[in-house]
Amino acid sequence: MSDRYYLPVLTVLVAILSLFSLCLGEQWSTLYNALTLPFTDPDSVSAVITREIRLPRTLIAVIAGMSLGVSGAAMQGLLQNPLASPGLVGSASGAALGAVLALYFFAGVWHPQSVPLAGMLGALMTTGIVYFLAGRDATVSTLILAGVAINALAAAGLSLLLNLAPSPFAVRELVLWTLGDISDRSMQDVWMMLPCTLTGWLLLLGTGRSLDALTLGERTAKSMGINMHRLSWRVFIAVSFCVGAAVATTGMIGFIGLVVPHLLRPFAHYQPSRLLPLAAMGGAIMLLSADICVRLVAMYTSVPVPLKVGVLTALVGAPFFLVLILKSRRNYWQ
Amino acid sequence: MNAHSKHLPSSDATDNLRIQVKELRILRKQTVIVDRISFDVKAGEVLGLIGPNGAGKSTVLAAMAGIDTPNGGSILVDNQNITMLSASERAQRLGWIEQLGTVHWPLSVERLIMLGRIPHLPPWSRPTDIDRAAVEDAIVRADCVGIRYRQVPSLSGGERARVLLARALAAEPTILFADEPVSSLDLSHQLQTMQLLHDYASKPCAVVVVMHDLSLAARYCDRLALMHEGKLIAIGNPATVLSDKNIGDVYGVSVVTGCNSVPWVVPEHLL
Repeated sequence: MSDRYYLPVLTVLVAILSLFSLCLGEQWSTLYNALTLPFTDPDSVSAVITREIRLPRTLIAVIAGMSLGVSGAAMQGLLQNPLASPGLVGSASGAALGAVLALYFFAGVWHPQSVPLAGMLGALMTTGIVYFLAGRDATVSTLILAGVAINALAAAGLSLLLNLAPSPFAVRELVLWTLGDISDRSMQDVWMMLPCTLTGWLLLLGTGRSLDALTLGERTAKSMGINMHRLSWRVFIAVSFCVGAAVATTGMIGFIGLVVPHLLRPFAHYQPSRLLPLAAMGGAIMLLSADICVRLVAMYTSVPVPLKVGVLTALVGAPFFLVLILKSRRNYWQ
Repeated sequence: MNAHSKHLPSSDATDNLRIQVKELRILRKQTVIVDRISFDVKAGEVLGLIGPNGAGKSTVLAAMAGIDTPNGGSILVDNQNITMLSASERAQRLGWIEQLGTVHWPLSVERLIMLGRIPHLPPWSRPTDIDRAAVEDAIVRADCVGIRYRQVPSLSGGERARVLLARALAAEPTILFADEPVSSLDLSHQLQTMQLLHDYASKPCAVVVVMHDLSLAARYCDRLALMHEGKLIAIGNPATVLSDKNIGDVYGVSVVTGCNSVPWVVPEHLL
């Protein structure tokens, strides 16, 4: 298959999975019904279910998945490091901390945008700290250490909030939320995450060529006219916007930003600019598939409590990533 | 006409100067690395920067390529202060080959060399036939034809050095700075690379090359600049710069020099 078809093929896959996700539920609807009933008979039960429950869930999976995938690819390109995913360098846990803080203290008091914005600020702060701790051109081990430290710090903050939570009910709410979940979302949640997400995507547009130049190392990139300072901040802010909004809406969904770019990199010929759009589509595919699996498990097995989608991505993603590292470490660490 | 001819002598004198370094001073953590050095690089020449380890050669080169900002002095590129050039102008005109350059992703050789065209690509555009022709030319010149479809991690050190050289050539800079481009190469590729740099200079561009092999420097460089502890000790044609006294003072070794068909400089013993 010629390499120009990779992106269209992935996009078609996203579309197919999205349509499937719209039809899937206790009340299976046909594709025709799912697409036409909301227009022809907007008040029917089936139309309401599609519009109010399945559509937001699908859209959130696509948007958050794209954000996580593209953020992972951008971070790895910027830090020239295949392990630099939003999860490992602390963006996700920072976003979670920020979003939980906003939920905890300001829920309902502030504008609905305050939760994604707080998530974004949290992500920006933790990512910035890791960046300064490890420095650019950091070795894998420095980066992981800095990420571990900052993740521990964010986890401590979350634990503190849990500890001080006023009721067991609130504790349960917060814990479930940190597992990563996209069930019971409404279109309002979609509108809430959209502005921050779009800002992040727009900022990432056009960084591809600079990330390509960074393949040659920071100093050579500089000699090729790349302003490293501007590029780093642009990517950090963009990733914080994307991940902040995604995590604020879905909770912590790990490993997409790590596994997806890693898996798709050979199809991008290892070129960061080509990887960005592929990773976005790949992220959407992974999150949609995981969500579909979770729903199928809930429908056809006797698991008493519905699985959270973040648990599934971690369960699949972590071992998968171990295998990937073992397979490809010769390429990266010689 | 008269007004023009009045200015002619002065402009004529600087017209073929590609780079002028004036009173260049660079500090690293309070230590003086480069101490007020001044020299010119003319169009069409290869200038060799030589000197012992830690003399400040690479530091000067990076400052001339616009990568590091000097603490004092100025660098003029075609009579224009380097600080006045935009990043893209600088990238289009000045090429820099890093010493032991790294490649972070396992790109194919061809794709890596294509990265060299980045300074010439307008935003959102794809490489044109002009870009492809420049890349093709660079691949042939740097002898990368046989390895063009290989992935970079599978290359030997010398092959990688040639690929990185090709990357810089693909950008078609008018001034090329090369930091020890031949250190990791075998004998034939040393000659090939030095000949390539020599030919490149005659475009006319200018080439500034940091090197340790004095025989190759004497043979392929039009002029040599000898540095020691951040100072410029001597600059001029290779025969004068590579005098027994200069080499003894700077390197602390005595050398046997000669010229049969080609000049050679061989260390004899420590002084």
